[in-house]
Amino acid sequence: MSPAPSLPLSPIFGRLTLESFPFHEPILVATFAVVATGGVLVFGLLTYFRLWGYLWKDWFTSVDHKKIGIMYMVLGIIMLLRGFADAIMMRLQQAIAFGGSDGYLPAHHYDQVFTAHGVIMIFFVAMPLVTGLMNFVVPLQIGARDVSFPFLNNFSFWMTVGGAILVMMSLFIGEFAKTGWLAYPPLSGIGYSPDVGVDYYIWGLQIAGVGTTLSGVNLICTIVKMRAPGMTLMKMPVFTWTSLCTNVLIVASFPVLTAVLVLLSLDRYVGTNFFTNDFGGSPMLYVNLIWIWGHPEVYILVLPVFGIFSEVTSTFTGKRLFGYTSMVYATVVITILSYLVWLHHFFTMGSGASVNSFFGITTMIISIPTGAKMFNWLFTMYRGRIRFEVPMMYTVAFMLTFVIGGMTGVLLAVPPADFVLHNSLFLVAHFHNVIIGGVVFGLFAGIAYWFPKAFGFKLDPFWGKMSFWFWVVGFYFAFMPLYVLGLMGVTRRLRVFDDPSLQIWFIIAAFGAGLIALGILSFIIQIAVSILKRDQLRDTTGDPWNARTLEWATSSPPPDYNFAFTPVIHDSDAWWDMKQRGYKRPLSGFKAIHMPKNTGTGVLLAICSVALGFALVWYIWWLAAVSFIALIAIAIGHTFNYNRDFDIPAADVTRTEDERTRLIAAQVKA
Amino acid sequence: MSRFRFLAVLPLLAVLCGCNFVVLDPSGDVAVQQRDLIIISTVLMLLIIIPVMALTILFAWRYRQTNTEAKYEPDWHHSTKLELVIWSAPLLIIICLGALTWMATHLLDPYRPLSRITADQPVAAGVKPLEVDVVALDWKWLFIYPEYGVASLNELAAPVNRPITFRLTSSSVMNSFFVPALAGQIYAMPGMESKLHAVINEAGSYRGFSANYSGAGFSGMHFAFKGLPAADFDKWVAGVKAGTNGELTRQAYLELERPSQNVPVRYYPSVDPGLFKAIVNMCVEPGKMCASDMMAIDAKGGLGKEGASNVLPLAYDKYARRGAVLGGEPAYVVGICAPDDLSKAAVGAPVSVGGARILGGGLSTPAFTPISAPSALPMPTLRQPSNS
Repeated sequence: MSPAPSLPLSPIFGRLTLESFPFHEPILVATFAVVATGGVLVFGLLTYFRLWGYLWKDWFTSVDHKKIGIMYMVLGIIMLLRGFADAIMMRLQQAIAFGGSDGYLPAHHYDQVFTAHGVIMIFFVAMPLVTGLMNFVVPLQIGARDVSFPFLNNFSFWMTVGGAILVMMSLFIGEFAKTGWLAYPPLSGIGYSPDVGVDYYIWGLQIAGVGTTLSGVNLICTIVKMRAPGMTLMKMPVFTWTSLCTNVLIVASFPVLTAVLVLLSLDRYVGTNFFTNDFGGSPMLYVNLIWIWGHPEVYILVLPVFGIFSEVTSTFTGKRLFGYTSMVYATVVITILSYLVWLHHFFTMGSGASVNSFFGITTMIISIPTGAKMFNWLFTMYRGRIRFEVPMMYTVAFMLTFVIGGMTGVLLAVPPADFVLHNSLFLVAHFHNVIIGGVVFGLFAGIAYWFPKAFGFKLDPFWGKMSFWFWVVGFYFAFMPLYVLGLMGVTRRLRVFDDPSLQIWFIIAAFGAGLIALGILSFIIQIAVSILKRDQLRDTTGDPWNARTLEWATSSPPPDYNFAFTPVIHDSDAWWDMKQRGYKRPLSGFKAIHMPKNTGTGVLLAICSVALGFALVWYIWWLAAVSFIALIAIAIGHTFNYNRDFDIPAADVTRTEDERTRLIAAQVKA
Repeated sequence: MSRFRFLAVLPLLAVLCGCNFVVLDPSGDVAVQQRDLIIISTVLMLLIIIPVMALTILFAWRYRQTNTEAKYEPDWHHSTKLELVIWSAPLLIIICLGALTWMATHLLDPYRPLSRITADQPVAAGVKPLEVDVVALDWKWLFIYPEYGVASLNELAAPVNRPITFRLTSSSVMNSFFVPALAGQIYAMPGMESKLHAVINEAGSYRGFSANYSGAGFSGMHFAFKGLPAADFDKWVAGVKAGTNGELTRQAYLELERPSQNVPVRYYPSVDPGLFKAIVNMCVEPGKMCASDMMAIDAKGGLGKEGASNVLPLAYDKYARRGAVLGGEPAYVVGICAPDDLSKAAVGAPVSVGGARILGGGLSTPAFTPISAPSALPMPTLRQPSNS
């Protein structure tokens, strides 16, 4: 064993040197210029309009679940732009790297791009968007005033931001992992990835993981303990049910991710041998552990989305959801089964026929409850009156697209078929088919559906439909060619190709990615146009869709306290039931409402965490020590902060509620 | 709807580009069976997928808001009969598919020796399969033919209609050995040996590659797989024997396994017979303890407290701990002997070499080349590829 070649470890900067900054990569320098210009512009505007105080007081330090939910959504959409930029770069590289051309990305850069794309899309796009919707909607749906632990919620959000910041820093300081999004060892071990990339990966995910896990605890507790009187478990809205199952999955699986990343970092930092080739270390152990988290993770993303589709379908068909009970049982069955299938991600590692068959068949069994759900949505549409607003359009597109992804998924669950399709572009097409066709369509449906609740005005339908068509058509153009390429035996993560007959398919796929880019652009235009036209799109009723669940019983946007009086529930479609029974809003007798107070501790803790992560990535030990001590000290200090609640005076509640009464009266007159 | 118009264009494009759907049109019996399984499973699932898609479109159209003639039942939300159908229909399909999966997975287990050459031709008794030892290197493929004592780099050949037994391992990180025309893939992993049985039925040159991302040179990590008639195969072997690369000794292997990419085909007329076993057991370097020996020692109860310092021979990763600031310098024992060695040796005081312990006294110190020795093998600074 050669002694570790001593690195030029500076006591102040660790292994961070001037060469760590990628001045020599024109693409990165240009990106940095754009990001920096944009950043300076935003900073300048915020300063010019004196918005920093407003943002800090009303948003950053807010413990209001609605505002935190909205901030999660903003984070997810910003990161979507980054993740999608990576996607476009890959599509472009694969479309041109033919016939001896090396494309425009060297391996060093391309390998980071596909790793970052996967990591960002899953952890910093899909997860924040899903968590954001759950945060915003669940307390409203169950008639609660906030989540169980409002400060924890704020802290969770900022930890997720912290992870995202650390991953984004890798773009301009050092580099990101070149290992693929799950960082299989030994490739991700110190021996084969001695650079900072994998360390950014580890600490980015660890910091965000704290947020995700705590947010899971918070939402479980909220759903279990804070439902309005009368809302028994089997009267919970389906979205709340799927959120509950998702958060159970989060709490049960994210610790596994944390543990496996801890083991990997021990290997990388202190020379242990859990996953090395040496000393009986077992890389396959890592693969098992990461997929024991990784498979439930895909259900963490898709279950809440199933809930969104359930709400959307029954609202826009004007019908009670078909088969509520079987929908709930299907969700629970999927939750449990999702722990019994992880090995299907590596049938090809030679586990033996019986083990492979077991995991193949358990995987197929999941398609039974999923199929039942599909039928339930179908029969909810049956004999309904379907209004094709944007959320419902996404639902139909989902039902048609997701079944294809489901079918290819079951196909991949047949081990001998997987032997020829594993790691191929067929697989890539499959999981984009379920993630875009399922999760992304569902998130856009959810955003269009709940946007008026959050902001008091609907999203502009024209640009919504533009975005919808670009996304749907773009998806088919981008990913159907990948199914075809998979059947031609093309594997994933290749940077250059020598078979010219493949090129046409990659060009079609790149064209599809271009359409999706227009879809994202339309979505952003939609938001801008909607803000400009907000007076025409205004919702004064609080119930713009003639919906069924409790969140539509309050105003849009809801007051800080959500409900002046906690409603009493008699039915799973609580608001529909209230409307049917001629429910009258109470107009007087309001009392003071006890609420949690804002705090900046979450932001401070996250700042310390980012500093700690950065220090560990670059071996800046003094900074690691200082930020860790600060982290602990601030956390302990916060426990002595007894000034954490206040009462909204009855007069304020009365004023807010009278304003709503006036709006509703105006609505009726008009 | 635009998506269906697009799907209609698909086969047309396939004709236009002259594409080779190798997964759907393979040339080896195992891959053919896997293809059949894909088609049968797909058809089975389409039995339920197509009705669902058709009903979705039908219901979406029929129950649109503007169609006021359609029935509207806002409170209809339960039907036991329908529930029964929607749970049992997928269940039935999955029972069929599950049974199929169980059988096919066992039948097409890559570790199971072949029982047939083609659908109507069983493997004749007494046919000895061609053995090929496959090593995934950074970033090239080494194929060793123990029966012929030769090896080839980035080119694999096999006679048509003779079963092939692959034993696979990797020198550094995980790769996946995949020749789509021949059979499904299997991972090649360091320190482990995986197996694959296959047969090629049609002569031709096919594409093989690594199907698991393994680092910077991954894109160039492909090889030609040549299915040859028996006579041509013998000619090919003769050609390999006429190769000018000299014997693939352990030293030559250590040089070969260093990262390089887009390496042209090389033929080795002879190979160190113990090489593959040494690669699997991570003991190609002289003086390194083989993992199999380590396991044998552990199975007998281990080395006791003295063994705690015995770490160097077990350290395999050539660039391990680069940059691991907290990793200490390892101590090591340079030799270990079996009981019969011990009986032959004169038992005396333990000899100390360079401050390290030796278990068992009196043995001559085996030749040991520290891997950091710069003379023979200058270590690359990083795992960066070099084109050769």
